[in-house]
Amino acid sequence: MASMSTERSGSAETSLRDRETWIVIPLFNEASVIGGVVTELRQRFEHVVCVDDGSTDGSGATARAAGARVLTHPINLGQGAALQTGISYAREQAAAEYIVTFDADGQHRLEDAVAMLDEARSRELAIVFGSRFLDHRTNPGWAKKVVLKTAVRVTNLTTGLRLTDAHNGLRVIRTDAARKVNLQQDRMAHATEIVLQLGRTRLPWAEYPVEVLYTDYSRAKGQSLLNAVNILVDLIVN
Amino acid sequence: MWIQLILIAAMVGIGLYLVRARPSARHLALRRLGVFAVLAIGVIVVLAPGWLTAVANAVGIGRGTDLLLYASIVGFMLYVVADYKRSIQLSRANTQLARELTLVQARLDDAIAVRDTDVEN
Repeated sequence: MASMSTERSGSAETSLRDRETWIVIPLFNEASVIGGVVTELRQRFEHVVCVDDGSTDGSGATARAAGARVLTHPINLGQGAALQTGISYAREQAAAEYIVTFDADGQHRLEDAVAMLDEARSRELAIVFGSRFLDHRTNPGWAKKVVLKTAVRVTNLTTGLRLTDAHNGLRVIRTDAARKVNLQQDRMAHATEIVLQLGRTRLPWAEYPVEVLYTDYSRAKGQSLLNAVNILVDLIVN
Repeated sequence: MWIQLILIAAMVGIGLYLVRARPSARHLALRRLGVFAVLAIGVIVVLAPGWLTAVANAVGIGRGTDLLLYASIVGFMLYVVADYKRSIQLSRANTQLARELTLVQARLDDAIAVRDTDVEN
Protein backbone atom coordinates (compact mmCIF):
# COMPACT_ATOMS: atom_id res chain seq x y z
CA MET A 1 0.00 0.00 0.00
CA ALA A 2 3.02 2.27 0.41
CA SER A 3 3.04 3.02 -3.28
CA MET A 4 -0.13 5.03 -3.32
CA SER A 5 1.12 8.44 -2.45
CA THR A 6 3.99 10.54 -3.63
CA GLU A 7 7.14 9.39 -1.86
CA ARG A 8 9.53 11.98 -0.64
CA SER A 9 13.14 12.12 0.42
CA GLY A 10 14.17 12.18 4.08
CA SER A 11 13.84 8.57 5.17
CA ALA A 12 14.27 9.40 8.87
CA GLU A 13 11.16 11.53 8.68
CA THR A 14 9.05 9.06 6.71
CA SER A 15 9.85 6.19 9.05
CA LEU A 16 8.22 8.15 11.86
CA ARG A 17 5.01 8.42 9.92
CA ASP A 18 1.93 6.56 11.06
CA ARG A 19 1.08 4.08 8.30
CA GLU A 20 -2.03 2.47 9.73
CA THR A 21 -4.08 5.62 10.18
CA TRP A 22 -6.07 7.31 7.46
CA ILE A 23 -6.79 11.01 7.91
CA VAL A 24 -10.12 11.95 6.28
CA ILE A 25 -10.72 15.61 5.42
CA PRO A 26 -13.95 16.86 3.81
CA LEU A 27 -12.79 19.62 1.51
CA PHE A 28 -14.82 22.41 -0.03
CA ASN A 29 -13.28 25.65 -1.26
CA GLU A 30 -10.43 25.94 1.23
CA ALA A 31 -7.61 26.53 -1.25
CA SER A 32 -5.95 29.19 0.90
CA VAL A 33 -5.47 26.89 3.91
CA ILE A 34 -5.69 23.24 2.81
CA GLY A 35 -2.10 23.09 1.53
CA GLY A 36 -0.70 23.97 4.95
CA VAL A 37 -3.07 21.58 6.74
CA VAL A 38 -2.11 18.63 4.52
CA THR A 39 1.62 19.42 4.62
CA GLU A 40 1.58 19.48 8.42
CA LEU A 41 -0.42 16.24 8.67
CA ARG A 42 1.92 14.51 6.23
CA GLN A 43 4.81 15.03 8.63
CA ARG A 44 3.25 12.43 10.89
CA PHE A 45 0.77 10.53 8.73
CA GLU A 46 1.36 8.53 5.56
CA HIS A 47 -2.25 8.58 4.44
CA VAL A 48 -4.13 11.84 4.17
CA VAL A 49 -7.37 11.59 2.19
CA CYS A 50 -9.14 14.76 1.09
CA VAL A 51 -12.65 14.42 -0.31
CA ASP A 52 -13.01 17.36 -2.65
CA ASP A 53 -16.72 18.13 -2.53
CA GLY A 54 -16.99 19.97 -5.82
CA SER A 55 -14.63 22.83 -4.97
CA THR A 56 -14.40 25.58 -7.55
CA ASP A 57 -11.20 27.22 -6.29
CA GLY A 58 -8.66 24.49 -7.06
CA SER A 59 -8.63 23.12 -3.51
CA GLY A 60 -8.29 19.57 -4.83
CA ALA A 61 -5.16 20.32 -6.85
CA THR A 62 -3.64 22.20 -3.90
CA ALA A 63 -4.28 19.26 -1.57
CA ARG A 64 -2.83 16.81 -4.11
CA ALA A 65 0.29 18.94 -4.52
CA ALA A 66 0.72 18.89 -0.74
CA GLY A 67 0.69 15.08 -0.77
CA ALA A 68 -2.93 14.15 -0.09
CA ARG A 69 -4.87 11.39 -1.79
CA VAL A 70 -7.74 13.39 -3.28
CA LEU A 71 -11.14 11.85 -4.04
CA THR A 72 -13.43 14.10 -6.04
CA HIS A 73 -17.19 14.32 -5.83
CA PRO A 74 -18.63 15.09 -9.26
CA ILE A 75 -20.93 17.69 -7.66
CA ASN A 76 -21.18 19.45 -4.32
CA LEU A 77 -23.08 17.20 -1.90
CA GLY A 78 -22.31 18.64 1.54
CA GLN A 79 -19.83 18.04 4.35
CA GLY A 80 -21.61 14.98 5.73
CA ALA A 81 -21.62 13.32 2.32
CA ALA A 82 -17.92 14.07 1.85
CA LEU A 83 -17.10 12.67 5.29
CA GLN A 84 -18.98 9.45 4.51
CA THR A 85 -17.20 9.06 1.17
CA GLY A 86 -13.83 9.46 2.93
CA ILE A 87 -14.77 6.97 5.65
CA SER A 88 -16.06 4.47 3.07
CA TYR A 89 -12.77 4.76 1.18
CA ALA A 90 -10.50 4.58 4.21
CA ARG A 91 -12.17 1.59 5.85
CA GLU A 92 -11.69 -0.58 2.77
CA GLN A 93 -7.89 -0.07 2.86
CA ALA A 94 -6.26 -3.30 4.05
CA ALA A 95 -3.71 -1.56 6.29
CA ALA A 96 -6.18 0.81 7.94
CA GLU A 97 -6.51 0.47 11.72
CA TYR A 98 -7.79 3.93 12.57
CA ILE A 99 -9.57 6.74 10.77
CA VAL A 100 -9.16 10.31 11.95
CA THR A 101 -11.68 12.90 10.75
CA PHE A 102 -10.16 16.35 10.46
CA ASP A 103 -11.43 19.73 9.29
CA ALA A 104 -9.95 21.37 6.23
CA ASP A 105 -9.95 24.92 7.56
CA GLY A 106 -6.99 24.56 9.92
CA GLN A 107 -8.93 24.76 13.19
CA HIS A 108 -7.60 21.45 14.53
CA ARG A 109 -4.11 20.80 15.86
CA LEU A 110 -1.93 17.96 14.62
CA GLU A 111 -0.72 17.30 18.20
CA ASP A 112 -4.34 16.74 19.33
CA ALA A 113 -4.90 14.14 16.61
CA VAL A 114 -1.68 12.33 17.56
CA ALA A 115 -2.56 12.44 21.27
CA MET A 116 -6.07 11.12 20.60
CA LEU A 117 -4.63 8.21 18.60
CA ASP A 118 -2.25 7.43 21.47
CA GLU A 119 -5.22 7.50 23.82
CA ALA A 120 -7.21 5.15 21.57
CA ARG A 121 -4.30 2.72 21.32
CA SER A 122 -3.30 2.70 24.97
CA ARG A 123 -6.85 2.43 26.33
CA GLU A 124 -8.11 0.24 23.49
CA LEU A 125 -10.85 2.69 22.62
CA ALA A 126 -12.80 2.30 19.39
CA ILE A 127 -13.90 5.93 19.29
CA VAL A 128 -12.33 9.12 20.64
CA PHE A 129 -14.29 12.34 20.25
CA GLY A 130 -12.41 15.62 20.42
CA SER A 131 -13.98 18.14 22.78
CA ARG A 132 -13.18 21.82 23.08
CA PHE A 133 -15.17 22.15 26.32
CA LEU A 134 -13.19 19.82 28.58
CA ASP A 135 -10.70 22.57 29.40
CA HIS A 136 -10.51 26.31 28.96
CA ARG A 137 -8.03 26.68 26.12
CA THR A 138 -10.71 27.33 23.50
CA ASN A 139 -12.75 30.51 23.56
CA PRO A 140 -15.49 30.31 20.97
CA GLY A 141 -17.34 33.49 21.97
CA TRP A 142 -20.74 33.45 23.60
CA ALA A 143 -22.97 33.23 20.48
CA LYS A 144 -21.10 30.22 19.16
CA LYS A 145 -21.06 28.70 22.62
CA VAL A 146 -24.86 28.90 22.83
CA VAL A 147 -25.23 27.20 19.45
CA LEU A 148 -22.70 24.49 20.27
CA LYS A 149 -24.11 23.81 23.71
CA THR A 150 -27.61 23.50 22.24
CA ALA A 151 -26.23 21.09 19.66
CA VAL A 152 -24.67 19.01 22.43
CA ARG A 153 -27.95 18.87 24.31
CA VAL A 154 -29.86 17.76 21.20
CA THR A 155 -27.16 15.20 20.43
CA ASN A 156 -27.19 13.80 23.96
CA LEU A 157 -30.98 13.60 23.92
CA THR A 158 -31.11 11.70 20.64
CA THR A 159 -28.05 9.49 21.11
CA GLY A 160 -28.07 8.64 24.80
CA LEU A 161 -24.34 9.38 25.02
CA ARG A 162 -23.03 12.02 27.41
CA LEU A 163 -20.83 14.33 25.36
CA THR A 164 -19.58 17.82 26.15
CA ASP A 165 -19.01 18.85 22.52
CA ALA A 166 -20.99 17.57 19.56
CA HIS A 167 -19.98 19.48 16.49
CA ASN A 168 -16.25 18.94 16.72
CA GLY A 169 -14.73 17.65 13.48
CA LEU A 170 -11.78 15.93 15.16
CA ARG A 171 -12.56 12.26 15.89
CA VAL A 172 -10.62 9.01 16.01
CA ILE A 173 -12.61 6.02 14.77
CA ARG A 174 -11.25 2.48 14.74
CA THR A 175 -12.11 0.68 11.50
CA ASP A 176 -14.45 -1.81 13.20
CA ALA A 177 -16.52 1.15 14.43
CA ALA A 178 -16.18 2.95 11.09
CA ARG A 179 -17.80 0.01 9.32
CA LYS A 180 -21.02 0.80 11.18
CA VAL A 181 -21.10 4.41 9.99
CA ASN A 182 -23.54 5.15 7.19
CA LEU A 183 -24.35 8.84 7.19
CA GLN A 184 -27.58 9.90 5.52
CA GLN A 185 -27.32 13.53 6.53
CA ASP A 186 -25.48 15.27 3.74
CA ARG A 187 -25.24 18.62 5.46
CA MET A 188 -24.26 19.65 8.98
CA ALA A 189 -26.62 17.34 10.88
CA HIS A 190 -24.15 14.51 10.19
CA ALA A 191 -22.23 15.58 13.30
CA THR A 192 -25.12 14.39 15.46
CA GLU A 193 -25.86 11.41 13.22
CA ILE A 194 -22.29 10.08 13.44
CA VAL A 195 -22.42 10.21 17.26
CA LEU A 196 -25.72 8.30 17.13
CA GLN A 197 -24.35 5.58 14.85
CA LEU A 198 -21.07 5.25 16.73
CA GLY A 199 -22.96 5.10 20.02
CA ARG A 200 -25.04 2.20 18.70
CA THR A 201 -21.90 0.13 18.12
CA ARG A 202 -21.59 -0.21 21.93
CA LEU A 203 -17.82 -0.08 21.44
CA PRO A 204 -15.68 1.68 24.07
CA TRP A 205 -15.41 5.41 23.56
CA ALA A 206 -14.11 8.51 25.28
CA GLU A 207 -13.84 12.24 24.88
CA TYR A 208 -10.48 13.93 24.75
CA PRO A 209 -9.72 17.62 25.37
CA VAL A 210 -8.61 19.42 22.22
CA GLU A 211 -8.02 23.01 21.34
CA VAL A 212 -9.92 24.57 18.46
CA LEU A 213 -8.01 27.38 16.81
CA TYR A 214 -10.43 30.12 15.91
CA THR A 215 -8.75 32.14 13.23
CA ASP A 216 -10.55 35.05 11.60
CA TYR A 217 -10.89 32.74 8.63
CA SER A 218 -12.67 29.90 10.44
CA ARG A 219 -14.72 32.39 12.46
CA ALA A 220 -16.10 33.87 9.26
CA LYS A 221 -17.17 30.42 8.08
CA GLY A 222 -18.54 29.22 11.41
CA GLN A 223 -22.03 27.96 12.07
CA SER A 224 -24.68 30.56 12.58
CA LEU A 225 -27.77 30.42 14.71
CA LEU A 226 -29.96 29.95 11.63
CA ASN A 227 -27.82 27.03 10.55
CA ALA A 228 -28.66 25.41 13.87
CA VAL A 229 -32.32 25.59 12.80
CA ASN A 230 -31.42 23.72 9.60
CA ILE A 231 -29.65 21.05 11.60
CA LEU A 232 -32.65 20.55 13.86
CA VAL A 233 -35.09 20.27 10.96
CA ASP A 234 -32.80 17.87 9.09
CA LEU A 235 -32.68 15.64 12.15
CA ILE A 236 -36.43 15.74 12.85
CA VAL A 237 -37.70 15.11 9.32
CA ASN A 238 -37.23 11.57 8.12
CA MET B 1 -67.72 23.85 15.57
CA TRP B 2 -66.84 20.62 13.80
CA ILE B 3 -64.77 22.32 11.15
CA GLN B 4 -62.28 23.62 13.70
CA LEU B 5 -61.70 20.12 15.05
CA ILE B 6 -61.35 18.72 11.54
CA LEU B 7 -58.88 21.40 10.41
CA ILE B 8 -56.74 21.15 13.54
CA ALA B 9 -56.68 17.36 13.21
CA ALA B 10 -55.63 17.76 9.57
CA MET B 11 -52.75 20.10 10.52
CA VAL B 12 -51.53 17.77 13.28
CA GLY B 13 -51.81 14.84 10.88
CA ILE B 14 -49.74 16.60 8.24
CA GLY B 15 -47.15 17.51 10.88
CA LEU B 16 -46.88 13.87 11.99
CA TYR B 17 -46.62 12.76 8.38
CA LEU B 18 -43.74 15.22 7.90
CA VAL B 19 -41.83 14.00 10.94
CA ARG B 20 -42.68 10.32 11.20
CA ALA B 21 -43.69 8.69 7.95
CA ARG B 22 -41.20 6.90 5.77
CA PRO B 23 -42.00 6.37 2.10
CA SER B 24 -43.58 3.00 1.36
CA ALA B 25 -45.76 1.28 -1.18
CA ARG B 26 -48.66 1.71 1.23
CA HIS B 27 -48.25 5.49 1.26
CA LEU B 28 -47.95 5.59 -2.49
CA ALA B 29 -51.19 3.61 -2.85
CA LEU B 30 -52.98 5.87 -0.35
CA ARG B 31 -51.78 8.98 -2.21
CA ARG B 32 -53.06 7.59 -5.50
CA LEU B 33 -56.40 6.67 -3.98
CA GLY B 34 -56.57 10.18 -2.57
CA VAL B 35 -56.10 11.69 -6.02
CA PHE B 36 -58.94 9.59 -7.45
CA ALA B 37 -61.19 10.45 -4.51
CA VAL B 38 -60.57 14.17 -5.00
CA LEU B 39 -61.36 13.85 -8.72
CA ALA B 40 -64.59 12.00 -7.97
CA ILE B 41 -65.64 14.57 -5.38
CA GLY B 42 -64.79 17.30 -7.87
CA VAL B 43 -67.14 15.82 -10.47
CA ILE B 44 -69.95 15.49 -7.92
CA VAL B 45 -69.51 19.06 -6.70
CA VAL B 46 -69.54 20.41 -10.25
CA LEU B 47 -72.74 18.51 -11.04
CA ALA B 48 -74.48 19.32 -7.75
CA PRO B 49 -73.06 22.47 -6.09
CA GLY B 50 -75.80 22.33 -3.51
CA TRP B 51 -74.26 19.25 -1.90
CA LEU B 52 -71.10 21.18 -1.13
CA THR B 53 -73.06 23.79 0.80
CA ALA B 54 -75.00 21.03 2.56
CA VAL B 55 -71.76 19.38 3.68
CA ALA B 56 -70.42 22.82 4.71
CA ASN B 57 -73.50 23.48 6.82
CA ALA B 58 -73.17 20.05 8.41
CA VAL B 59 -69.68 20.88 9.74
CA GLY B 60 -70.59 24.39 10.78
CA ILE B 61 -69.62 26.55 7.79
CA GLY B 62 -72.09 28.87 6.07
CA ARG B 63 -70.98 28.52 2.45
CA GLY B 64 -69.71 25.69 0.28
CA THR B 65 -66.99 27.91 -1.24
CA ASP B 66 -65.47 28.40 2.21
CA LEU B 67 -65.29 24.64 2.72
CA LEU B 68 -63.66 24.37 -0.71
CA LEU B 69 -61.05 26.96 0.30
CA TYR B 70 -60.21 25.16 3.54
CA ALA B 71 -60.01 21.81 1.79
CA SER B 72 -57.74 23.32 -0.88
CA ILE B 73 -55.35 24.71 1.72
CA VAL B 74 -55.13 21.36 3.53
CA GLY B 75 -54.62 19.59 0.21
CA PHE B 76 -51.90 22.03 -0.79
CA MET B 77 -50.03 21.59 2.49
CA LEU B 78 -50.21 17.83 2.13
CA TYR B 79 -48.77 18.18 -1.35
CA VAL B 80 -45.92 20.40 -0.15
CA VAL B 81 -44.96 17.96 2.61
CA ALA B 82 -45.16 14.91 0.33
CA ASP B 83 -43.07 16.65 -2.30
CA TYR B 84 -40.50 17.76 0.29
CA LYS B 85 -40.12 14.20 1.52
CA ARG B 86 -39.78 12.95 -2.01
CA SER B 87 -37.04 15.48 -2.70
CA ILE B 88 -35.13 14.25 0.36
CA GLN B 89 -35.32 10.68 -0.93
CA LEU B 90 -34.13 11.77 -4.35
CA SER B 91 -31.21 13.73 -2.96
CA ARG B 92 -30.15 10.72 -0.87
CA ALA B 93 -30.21 8.52 -3.93
CA ASN B 94 -28.24 11.18 -5.78
CA THR B 95 -25.63 11.26 -3.01
CA GLN B 96 -25.21 7.49 -3.07
CA LEU B 97 -24.80 7.54 -6.81
CA ALA B 98 -22.18 10.29 -6.69
CA ARG B 99 -20.34 8.52 -3.85
CA GLU B 100 -20.19 5.22 -5.73
CA LEU B 101 -18.84 7.07 -8.76
CA THR B 102 -16.16 8.70 -6.61
CA LEU B 103 -15.19 5.42 -4.94
CA VAL B 104 -15.05 3.50 -8.22
CA GLN B 105 -12.77 6.17 -9.64
CA ALA B 106 -10.58 6.02 -6.53
CA ARG B 107 -10.26 2.22 -6.66
CA LEU B 108 -9.37 2.45 -10.33
CA ASP B 109 -6.69 5.08 -9.67
CA ASP B 110 -5.24 3.01 -6.83
CA ALA B 111 -5.16 -0.15 -8.94
CA ILE B 112 -3.40 1.72 -11.75
CA ALA B 113 -0.89 3.21 -9.30
CA VAL B 114 -0.10 -0.24 -7.88
CA ARG B 115 0.33 -1.70 -11.37
CA ASP B 116 2.61 1.17 -12.44
CA THR B 117 4.94 0.66 -9.49
CA ASP B 118 4.97 -3.09 -10.16
CA VAL B 119 6.04 -2.39 -13.74
CA GLU B 120 8.76 -0.02 -12.57
CA ASN B 121 10.27 -2.53 -10.17
